[in-house]
Amino acid sequence: MVKVTYVAHDGTRTELHGDPGDSVMSLAIAQGIDGIVGECGGSMMCATCHCYVEEDWAEATGPRMDGEEDMLESAACEVTERSRLSCQIKLTEAHDGLVVHLPEEQV
Amino acid sequence: MTLSTMTLIEGHKPITPAAGIPVWDIDPYDAELLRNPSAYYTRLRELGEVVYIPRYSVLAVGRYETTRQVFSDHENFLSSHGVGLNDFKLEDPWRPPSIILEVDQPDHTRTRKVMSRALSPKVVKGFADLFRDTAEQLVDQLLAKGTIEAVTDLAEAFPTTVFPKAVGMKDVNPRHLVDYGAMVFNAVGPDNALRREAMSHAGEIVPWINAACTRDRLTGDGLGAMVYASADDGTLTEAEAGMLVRSFLSAGVDTTVTGIGNALWCLSQNPEQWQALKRDPSLIRPAFEEVLRYTSPVHTFGRTAGRATEIAGFSVEEGTKVICVLAAANMDPAKWGDPEVFRIDRKPIGHVAFGAGIHGCVGQNIARGELEAVLGALIERVDRIEPAGDPVWRPGNAIRALDRLPITLIPN
Repeated sequence: MVKVTYVAHDGTRTELHGDPGDSVMSLAIAQGIDGIVGECGGSMMCATCHCYVEEDWAEATGPRMDGEEDMLESAACEVTERSRLSCQIKLTEAHDGLVVHLPEEQV
Repeated sequence: MTLSTMTLIEGHKPITPAAGIPVWDIDPYDAELLRNPSAYYTRLRELGEVVYIPRYSVLAVGRYETTRQVFSDHENFLSSHGVGLNDFKLEDPWRPPSIILEVDQPDHTRTRKVMSRALSPKVVKGFADLFRDTAEQLVDQLLAKGTIEAVTDLAEAFPTTVFPKAVGMKDVNPRHLVDYGAMVFNAVGPDNALRREAMSHAGEIVPWINAACTRDRLTGDGLGAMVYASADDGTLTEAEAGMLVRSFLSAGVDTTVTGIGNALWCLSQNPEQWQALKRDPSLIRPAFEEVLRYTSPVHTFGRTAGRATEIAGFSVEEGTKVICVLAAANMDPAKWGDPEVFRIDRKPIGHVAFGAGIHGCVGQNIARGELEAVLGALIERVDRIEPAGDPVWRPGNAIRALDRLPITLIPN
């Protein structure tokens, strides 16, 4: 199991446990986290699963995927260097304890 | 047997299925079956993870997990051999292959990037006023009529008005756009009556489409111009830009026509869901996702095994055509629990109506934008949508669309 903490814009923290291979988006959708929409289902065709990876986890989650940058331009909230599309972060054991922050809105 | 002497079935290599794969003697492209496919989807899922269909010598998948997995596995299951029954490497396709749909990595990545930029949520937001104003005018006109034939009057009328404007087409011919879509999507099936009928219009339509895609037939401010800008900066050749504009016309009209028609069918058949949508307009976008899941406008697309591989533990030989029955996956109770229930608040993230993976529908944002405008205009103006006769489905080798949908719009 891989523990992921989602921090909502209002500061509420939710801890979820996923399996390796889940994405940070798909885990959130499966457990009904409000701050992630994931409208396109993970095809990197929308920007409604935007999240900010906590600084300590930037290395473990790696660089943005090819094309992710383009799609982030359509995000509803400010894009920072910590911004990722959560559908593109595929969980591995190395992500156990990952913390992501969610933007105020996704659409 | 060499390829040159091998007898092809529907333009592809016949296969010997691995032992243990259930064999089902059925024609999944039979017109009657396509009019009412529900029992076919159910049986396909029941038979197993993968089924052999001898009539066309293809494998078929319809359970959710397997369908999604095969359909998005671009390493093993290729698109460059065509996404229908014909294998483009063995027989010449009816038109030059699409350079985004019918292509694999790495070539696909370059064209896909151009198209996903042109069709990004941000760009689509820029069309919101055009879509909304057009939808409001159209709905007002239709309300004055009361009883309408929703396929022609609304489902076709809306996209054929806004989409050419969005692309920046100078030439307008709604009939050609709709009929070209019918050709493209029926061409992925076998050489049956549906395909022949659609193709019978090719002589007139194809030259018109090709001409409409050239730079001088496009305005400087539409999606077409954005694609040609990629020719100016060297990302694409001029010819490739024209091919990508052709992709807008292939995939951007018939699909949204179907999406709108199917949405009206769902909402006219489920009045309590219509009322729920009126009460909570924030459900417009989720409602459309449920329409997509429930009706799967593109019901079936194929892939071709690019190497010896496997599906659910069964070996699959190179060159095998696999038809991925997206509509069956979208109705799989193992995934959805109560798939037969149309529920606008289901939020069916992960449905495969737009495909999945690197070939997932690149136009999905514009489709959502169009539906949002149409449904938004309707819920503000219309109190009830009542059936005014039996809906008639139009069989298609890839598209499940209505042929006629008589409804009455009752104003607020």
